[in-house]
Amino acid sequence: MTKLKQLRPQLLALAVVLVLIGLISPGFFSVTVQNGRLYGSLIDVGVRVAPVALLAIGMTLVIATKGIDLSVGAVMAITGAVAATLVADGHSVPVVLAVSLALGLVCGIWNGVLVAFLDIQPIIATLILMVAGRGIAQLITGGVILTFNDPAFSFIGSGAVLGIPMPILIWLAMGLAVGLLVRRSALGLLIEAVGINRRASMLVGVRARFLILATYAISGLCAAMAGMIVTADIHGADANNAGLWLELDAILAVVIGGTSLAGGRFSITASLIGALIIQALNTGILMSGWPPEFNLIVKAVVIVAILTLQSPAVADELSVLRGMLRRKGAKS
Amino acid sequence: MKRKLLAASSVACLMLSGAAFAADLTVGFSQIGSESGWRAAETTVTQQQAKERGIDLKFADAQQKQENQIKAVRGFIAQGVDAILIAPVVATGWDEVLGEAKEAEIPVILLDRQIDAPDDLYLTAVTSDQVFEGKVAGEWLVKDVGDKACKVVELQGTTGSSPAINRKKGFEEAIAGKSNITIARSQTGDFTRTKGKEVMESFIKAENGGKDICAVYAHNDDMAVGAIQAIKEAGLKPGTDIKVVSIDAVPDIFLAMQAGEANATVELTPNMAGPAFDVLEKFKADGTLPPKWIQTESKLFTQADDPKGVYESKKDLGY
Repeated sequence: MTKLKQLRPQLLALAVVLVLIGLISPGFFSVTVQNGRLYGSLIDVGVRVAPVALLAIGMTLVIATKGIDLSVGAVMAITGAVAATLVADGHSVPVVLAVSLALGLVCGIWNGVLVAFLDIQPIIATLILMVAGRGIAQLITGGVILTFNDPAFSFIGSGAVLGIPMPILIWLAMGLAVGLLVRRSALGLLIEAVGINRRASMLVGVRARFLILATYAISGLCAAMAGMIVTADIHGADANNAGLWLELDAILAVVIGGTSLAGGRFSITASLIGALIIQALNTGILMSGWPPEFNLIVKAVVIVAILTLQSPAVADELSVLRGMLRRKGAKS
Repeated sequence: MKRKLLAASSVACLMLSGAAFAADLTVGFSQIGSESGWRAAETTVTQQQAKERGIDLKFADAQQKQENQIKAVRGFIAQGVDAILIAPVVATGWDEVLGEAKEAEIPVILLDRQIDAPDDLYLTAVTSDQVFEGKVAGEWLVKDVGDKACKVVELQGTTGSSPAINRKKGFEEAIAGKSNITIARSQTGDFTRTKGKEVMESFIKAENGGKDICAVYAHNDDMAVGAIQAIKEAGLKPGTDIKVVSIDAVPDIFLAMQAGEANATVELTPNMAGPAFDVLEKFKADGTLPPKWIQTESKLFTQADDPKGVYESKKDLGY
């Protein structure tokens, strides 16, 4: 229950955003079953959030170690391109999944080695793959949108199990798996320790280098999943646009989730709620019917408002205010 | 002085030998890069056109950088080519290098985009008319729906980009005065498939499950392909329940047309070099000055235009 209390600011923000959207477009909350699957704008939010949600899972761990991973969007493009190439060549889905996930892992380990073993600053280390990765993806696709027609692979993007779309199941499962892994063991605590003070944690025997490497590897793995989802969704790999700027949305999701960029305490659940807030905003703007010139302005205003309410300064003021109200109540 | 003499004598030679001499032309081509499928196709078609005409084409890829283009143009001037084609990456900053080309008496032809420079610095510009493209798409819809009421949703290109502004304007001009056709919703899909699909999903939900939508107009084919998938996943039939009209004519849209899922597309031809070589050959033969702007054809393709055949002819162009 204490957990839920910690998530209060994020849940509140999500609720406010959803209510606002509901006021603007009343049909937003209607969920029906169509062709044996759930159907509605809320479901769209769950499906469309998948790439950013997956990236945010890995990004949360990386940021908790005081790092940052700018390469995730490019890794999405690479794995998407490889997956599409393999599918187009007629390889079976398990092979495609295995190769793509392995590739994501390799990309993550590359970043991890640069950061943990060569001690290159994370922002620079991952910038290398961010810039080069898109070029690699373009080399793989030959600069064209590589399309394929394979219902089995497309299932990842547009299929459904028990009426629930696959992308939703994938990000929920990954969030649950990583969340349990770090919270049901001491791993989460150790990651936080490394993020707060790497030297001190190493002195007490935490294998910081390995932990940091592992967080980047998981981030690469998450990016590979996200890359496959977007590729399966449009039945093609678009090396120019797949995952473009999504690293920024993922970082934003983590920040809205309350994890500090200075490392330390983190919450995967809060980051996922952060991702949902961003996507709810995106979908809400599309439903509103406003001209596209307003998209970014609306998004920026709402996010500034959310971050302001979460800022320590405002939080202090609010708690002082609450205390005063309580005292007043006690007096009367 | 010597170079001038040489140039003068070669011009004289050209005058004498006439059109037959065109076969021995050497033309430099500074391409922007290969950022999109269309760009790659333009490069392929330019090379094909040069080969067909026996023109020796020197190709330089600028990788999206103007400095590379300027370097390439200076290189062409130094090599003494007969003409230079430039697909300019930006509109400004060309005066100096084009001045050098003019001094060397090498005609310059702009492909695909216009520039901000005095028009005596180049022979002509071969580009499409984006407003006209939108108009052709709109006119197709006007003709297709007749007097029936039609609610259109529009997938715009990247907000603020000139193709998005112009293609929107042209379409609106075409449907102006037709009270039965209205644009119900208009949002940006950033010219990509993913965004096209996402935006179309929300349009369908906002317009009574898509039942109120009669047509979707996409500023490029990629967004249309995304929209088609969204329509299918909503349980509707693209091409019949919701008509699909878009611009560009990339190969994939012809596959959709063949399957009856797209209705019409307006071609942004990758053959900008053909008209350019035409005017160049005429200019070299008898000094005919072309108009300063040559508009390429914006051809309309529908399901009746043998989509399979067009797909086959386009699929190897590098789109």
